[in-house]
Amino acid sequence: MSDAYTVDASGLSCPQPVLLTRQALRDRARDTIAVLVDTATSRDNVRRLAEREGCQVDVEERPEGGYRLVLRR
Amino acid sequence: MSRINRLFISRWGPVLTGIAIGILAPLLVYWGNPGNMGVCVACFTRDMAGALGLHRAAAVQYMRPEIIGFVFGALGASLAYKEFRPRSGSAPLLRFFLGMFSIIGALVFLGCPWRAYLRLAGGDWSAIAGLLGLVVGVVIGVVFLRRGYSLGRTHPAPQAVGWIMPALMGLLLFFLLAAPQLGRDANGDPTGPIFFSTAGPGALAAPIAIALGVGLLIGFLAQRSRFCTVGAIRDVILMRDSHLLNGVVALVVAAALTNLVLGQFRSGFTDQPVAHGNALWNAAGMALSGLAFTLAGGCPGRQVFMSGEGDADAGMFVIGMLVGAGLSHNLNLASSPAGPTPYGPIAVGIGLAFCVIIGLTMREQVTA
Repeated sequence: MSDAYTVDASGLSCPQPVLLTRQALRDRARDTIAVLVDTATSRDNVRRLAEREGCQVDVEERPEGGYRLVLRR
Repeated sequence: MSRINRLFISRWGPVLTGIAIGILAPLLVYWGNPGNMGVCVACFTRDMAGALGLHRAAAVQYMRPEIIGFVFGALGASLAYKEFRPRSGSAPLLRFFLGMFSIIGALVFLGCPWRAYLRLAGGDWSAIAGLLGLVVGVVIGVVFLRRGYSLGRTHPAPQAVGWIMPALMGLLLFFLLAAPQLGRDANGDPTGPIFFSTAGPGALAAPIAIALGVGLLIGFLAQRSRFCTVGAIRDVILMRDSHLLNGVVALVVAAALTNLVLGQFRSGFTDQPVAHGNALWNAAGMALSGLAFTLAGGCPGRQVFMSGEGDADAGMFVIGMLVGAGLSHNLNLASSPAGPTPYGPIAVGIGLAFCVIIGLTMREQVTA
């Protein structure tokens, strides 16, 4: 996913992963955004936000731990 | 993912958790806990501080099994669903002090947000001022969040780091059950090492097995559903997202109904159990707490649950609460049903200043 804008929210406290994702969704004209998180809680929160904003969400587990969510409008 | 688990991850999770807490907390009161205090993370941490001798206020010394259950329940849930992740490194010392000031504020009000909602559900309208203050504190925290406030990233840590808090809770459980009371003072009263109130709120407690069991259940449910009484307010203000607030509303409704059924609903502003009617300091104390919880990323319950999941930064917050509770009574900061002390308000002022400084200066450059 070389042209996906990546939001690195790993290790950040609630509600930052969601805040950064929301900011990225608003600032970027891109159709695809990748979000990195380290906990299941952040994963679920970002997924919920993205779905509310009308994105299609794919979640993959990262080998080093954590998750990578790919958000497509 | 099992169907039940999917339910807890869904938008029904916080609601089901809120209903469970709303029924179980008044039942704990019915079974012996202090009035409108079926579950109060602040009061119970303060009672545990008393049990450990970190303060010597004789009326509030008891090793509350509920908190121990919270940690173990969250631990169990996180292990079962592979979410146990030892992690640390996000400004732990600051989180310690946020925890300390959060409980100083809570003890001026005489409750954490959980108890504020439970007091409301018991007809104690003096909690309204506290809840208004809580909202103000969260709003200020949201202002900082919008400006880019961050305590920085946490990082994966070795297993031992994640197991310290559960191990500590195991030790505290041992102290509760073994109840070592070896010393005697001049009057023949026990002087520890573990203290048990013989009068006052610390002497009011549901049976240990029940309290522990309820704590385990709530800890499990809250870990699965990410239940958070401060996130509930924060997310509505920040994003118009009522996912967590639904859980709090469910809690209040379920608790009010349970209180009515049990005959524990008593409407009024005054003469409420373990509460005072000083609206200004109820509000200001909760404002400090609300701000501190928002800066730390979650309500005190959530911090306890996260410490059971391996989050050592949340663990620092909880230890800060324990120490803050001890200080609150030793320095005469904690209120009583007669109202705030002369020093509590000063400490609230200092705490607010600390939180504002943290909120303004902690803007670690977090570029995506």
